[in-house]
Amino acid sequence: MTFLNFFINGISLGSIYAIIALGYTMVYGIAKMLNFAHGDVIMIGAYVCFYAISRYKLPAFVGVIGAVLICTILGIIVERLAYKPLRQAPSLAVLITAIGVSYLLQNSALLMWSSNPKFFKPIIARGAFKFFDGQLSISHITILTIATCVLIMIALSVFINRSRLGKAMRACSEDKGAAQLMGINVNATISLTFAIGSGLAAIAGALLCSAYPTLTPTTGSLPGIKAFTAAVFGGIGSIPGAFLGCLMLGVIEIFAKSYISSQLSDAVVFAVLIIVLLVKPAGLLGRMTQEKV
Amino acid sequence: MSEQNKKEALPQNKNGASPLLKVDNINVYYGSIHAIKGISFEVKSGEIVTLIGANGAGKSTTLNTISGLLHPTTGDINFLEHSIVKIQPHKIVEQGIAQVPEGRRIFAQMTVRENLEMGAYIQSDGNEIKNDIEKVYELFPRLKERRKQIAGTLSGGEQQMLAMGRALMSRPKLLMLDEPSMGLAPILVEQIFKIIADVHKTGATILLVEQNAQMALSIADRGYVMETGKIITTGTGKDLLSSDEIKKAYLGG
Repeated sequence: MTFLNFFINGISLGSIYAIIALGYTMVYGIAKMLNFAHGDVIMIGAYVCFYAISRYKLPAFVGVIGAVLICTILGIIVERLAYKPLRQAPSLAVLITAIGVSYLLQNSALLMWSSNPKFFKPIIARGAFKFFDGQLSISHITILTIATCVLIMIALSVFINRSRLGKAMRACSEDKGAAQLMGINVNATISLTFAIGSGLAAIAGALLCSAYPTLTPTTGSLPGIKAFTAAVFGGIGSIPGAFLGCLMLGVIEIFAKSYISSQLSDAVVFAVLIIVLLVKPAGLLGRMTQEKV
Repeated sequence: MSEQNKKEALPQNKNGASPLLKVDNINVYYGSIHAIKGISFEVKSGEIVTLIGANGAGKSTTLNTISGLLHPTTGDINFLEHSIVKIQPHKIVEQGIAQVPEGRRIFAQMTVRENLEMGAYIQSDGNEIKNDIEKVYELFPRLKERRKQIAGTLSGGEQQMLAMGRALMSRPKLLMLDEPSMGLAPILVEQIFKIIADVHKTGATILLVEQNAQMALSIADRGYVMETGKIITTGTGKDLLSSDEIKKAYLGG
């Protein structure tokens, strides 16, 4: 029964990673860049949520919506100011810029909110459903996290596969020049991608801090890196791949923590990643793309 | 030449005085490479005009400049008497210029139907888009058979048909085709050129870039011959086909 408990916790952690990884993988799919500042958008979202709920005593859902709005705007601004001018630049320059933006966000947070950890009040009441005479207990936040993740995945799949804008995103990710010749505004499409990814990061921030309530300016970076890792693990650029990769990563992490050692858990996680990439270099569901000459 | 007469009788030819597209002395650079050296030409409503010339003559660069993917350093391009050189590519499509790019560049991971929908991106009326898709299917019955297939699995000829159908979905006033015969078997080349003639009969104005000068000139009203970024000669399709100089340089004899 403890096994099942761990498994469900792993799925829940993986769900948070999945929501974060969507931002990475969608931006990578379209802008062909790794937005290393994505993890810090999570942290900004969590702070906005924290201040709305604990300081201004607003209802939790208002806090989450506020965080989503602010992070969406932040994502668009970061893309416009930092990445758009580098559209034609070598990818290394863009990567370094993204790392720079990451530090900028972290240090701005440090300046505004100090390094003292904030105790994040969960967005739903603490408590758990008990099964089998209390042997299996699933907390409310776990259920909310998994449900939110599934809902987001379904909504996003429908959006990408069915809607006009979603199809335009896929067209841009395949061939920006051809997309422009269709009358698609590529810059606006890239902005939209950043907006969606950053909005989701805010939701991930609220869920993450509800489960692990210590909030500091570096809260977002490790989950960000792990979600990125899981996106690579599943096949970067593929949304189902990111979903699968994150769930697996979450489960492996929790199992490693519980059965091996909590200090070693990250090492185990990354060792599994390396093995998977050695066997399947494009990730679990990634497509091997041939560079045509 | 009854074909020729029919073209002249088409209604959109009446404003023959002001050309649909007027390229005026443009210069285009790729970094420090001077790719287009002051070329001028025009396309009148209802015409098929072809740009021919060897590889590297600047034909595709010219089309990409008209589409707004590249920008001329000097010179002007007028479409329907308005300058389009400072307009973004997606707005140029809205003005009524569609390009079938070199190498087709269909969206290989999307279905045939989704590719056509992308072609209609600037259209907002769902019913009209459906009607237009049916029209494209009439023109290319093969695409209808394969409408649910992933475009990357189509053969080269089918991909060319899809690229042309996709461009027609924006209801262009000017359709620009970049090397539609490239990489196709001779029998398919003939089929593609027949389709171009059919599309033209529906009233479209066409600017055709080709290395296959013989085929291009045989369906064109007028042609321009390009060499290393310049237009070296021009004339009606018929005249260029029978010109000794052109025969020697481009028609292999």
